[in-house]
Amino acid sequence: MKIRHDRAKALMVHAVLLTYTLIALFPIWVVIINAFKSRKAIFNDPLALPTADTFSIVGFEEVLLRSEFDVFFSNSMIVTLTSIFFVLLFGAMIAWALTEYKFKGNLLIAVLVAMGIMIPIRLGTVSILQLMSDLNLVNTLTALVLVYIAQGLPLAVYILSEFIRQIPKDLKEAARCDGVGEIKIFFAIIVPLIKPAMATVAVFTMIPIWNDLWFPLILAPSEGNQTITLGVQQFIGQFVTDWNSVLAALTLAILPILVLYLIFSRQLIRGLTSGAVK
Amino acid sequence: MTKTSAGKPFPWHILFFLGPGLLIYFSVSVYPLLDTLRLSFFHESSDGSLAFAGLANFTKLLFDVVWSEPFWNATWNNLVFFFIHMLVQNPIGLLLAVLLSSPKLRLSGTYRTLIFMPTMLSVVIIGFVWQLLLSPLWGITENFMWNLGLEDYFDAWLGKESSALVTLAFISVWQFVGIPMMLIYAALLSIPDELSDASVVDGANPWQAFFYIKLPLILPTIGMVSILTFVANFNAFELVYTIKGALAGPNYSTDIMGTLFYRTFFGFQLQEGSLTMGAAVATLMFLVILLGVALYLFFFQRRIKRFQL
Repeated sequence: MKIRHDRAKALMVHAVLLTYTLIALFPIWVVIINAFKSRKAIFNDPLALPTADTFSIVGFEEVLLRSEFDVFFSNSMIVTLTSIFFVLLFGAMIAWALTEYKFKGNLLIAVLVAMGIMIPIRLGTVSILQLMSDLNLVNTLTALVLVYIAQGLPLAVYILSEFIRQIPKDLKEAARCDGVGEIKIFFAIIVPLIKPAMATVAVFTMIPIWNDLWFPLILAPSEGNQTITLGVQQFIGQFVTDWNSVLAALTLAILPILVLYLIFSRQLIRGLTSGAVK
Repeated sequence: MTKTSAGKPFPWHILFFLGPGLLIYFSVSVYPLLDTLRLSFFHESSDGSLAFAGLANFTKLLFDVVWSEPFWNATWNNLVFFFIHMLVQNPIGLLLAVLLSSPKLRLSGTYRTLIFMPTMLSVVIIGFVWQLLLSPLWGITENFMWNLGLEDYFDAWLGKESSALVTLAFISVWQFVGIPMMLIYAALLSIPDELSDASVVDGANPWQAFFYIKLPLILPTIGMVSILTFVANFNAFELVYTIKGALAGPNYSTDIMGTLFYRTFFGFQLQEGSLTMGAAVATLMFLVILLGVALYLFFFQRRIKRFQL
């Protein structure tokens, strides 16, 4: 009796989770399969898989011909990777200094940095645009990188501080007794120890940067400097009636993230559930 | 441990560690935010010079009909947007998290990974995807509802003044339900089994075990999810901009703070963009977000601390 009851319960749980999984995947699935179909087949039977008759990649050809998808993609790569590198480097350095040394203003700096976790950097857009135009950085990828470093630092400092605090004192003290300098202690002892935490920070930093539309739209909207999110937005806005192209553009934007996500999902979910961001 | 007691040389190493990061953080994040607050008290004349204007921008925004009507409209819409997230997204997230954490559940990791997937994609992509799916031209949703016998209820929801905002909110809920799910799931996992086992031994049924043991323990996480939702919603822009454009149509029915800020700052159609009015809108957004965070910190967190004691 008890076993049957448990089994029925497990079945219910699976039914609900499976239904929700389908709800989550269905829209993405429909877009991807239709990107590989002819225009007629897209409308005749949207839910069918492409067959030999209906298979067509005309949409992809159009997208690659009429937009600079490769440029958008490499812009996004450059911006995202550069930003992550500096967020990790500077974030770890700040986290180390704030947790390790006692000095005047320590608490004030810690509070100001922590505030950045909750207060969106977007609210300063008016002055950021002015600043970038004063620095002659409007329409450059550098402007985006600077903004994203500032955007990513608060959470990075927060997570990395938690990890640095757990490093045993003996390690640092032993090095100091041997006369090793503070900077070398940081790079040779601390950084290797917090690498797992850095991977978590990298994933959390990467997603909002790659997906952002606001700052590319405002700081670097011109031809040749668009990131992939902005490029796709502009392209679809322009060719909104060309269903093949729209579906192909969406698929091209989705697939790289999908592949990366499936590779790194374990890392990401472990980060989310390990209590690193509570 | 302390390397900087009096009489020691200037701590160059601290400057080395803090300098580069803080330089960028202060000049690109802290300073622009403070400068935006400052600019909101100024008036920009047509030659571009700034003159101190006191609270004029704010009185305009809050009381002058030309400005206040769009402002209150966007505020109200944003509240609706937020309440839909609180009433739909977070309860569904909680339900999924509870189901995922059931003991000895097979495929739990797979469900988790797949349900979280939409959250990873850009809001822009999601916006276009749903625009296609809901399009009466393509008819996917219409056919689907026809199969369920609900075809009479289908409508071009995104195009109607009465339903566009709610539809957008549901699209956003669909995309971000993974965040409350993950955070609450993590909190549930951290509850020791002994606690709920003990309650079962004491004769509690699973519902009682959930409501009296687990729910109070994950309340801090639910509070955090709520404040994250609040900040994200009052800062949202991309979804409306992607689907409805900067004008947030039809007839501004989907206008929220983010799109209002964008239009005020950059201008649209006949209205010229204004630096200082844009700053004023941003300042009010800042106050709204600050208010939310303060309420959370003072009431929610304090009560929970007491509970944990």
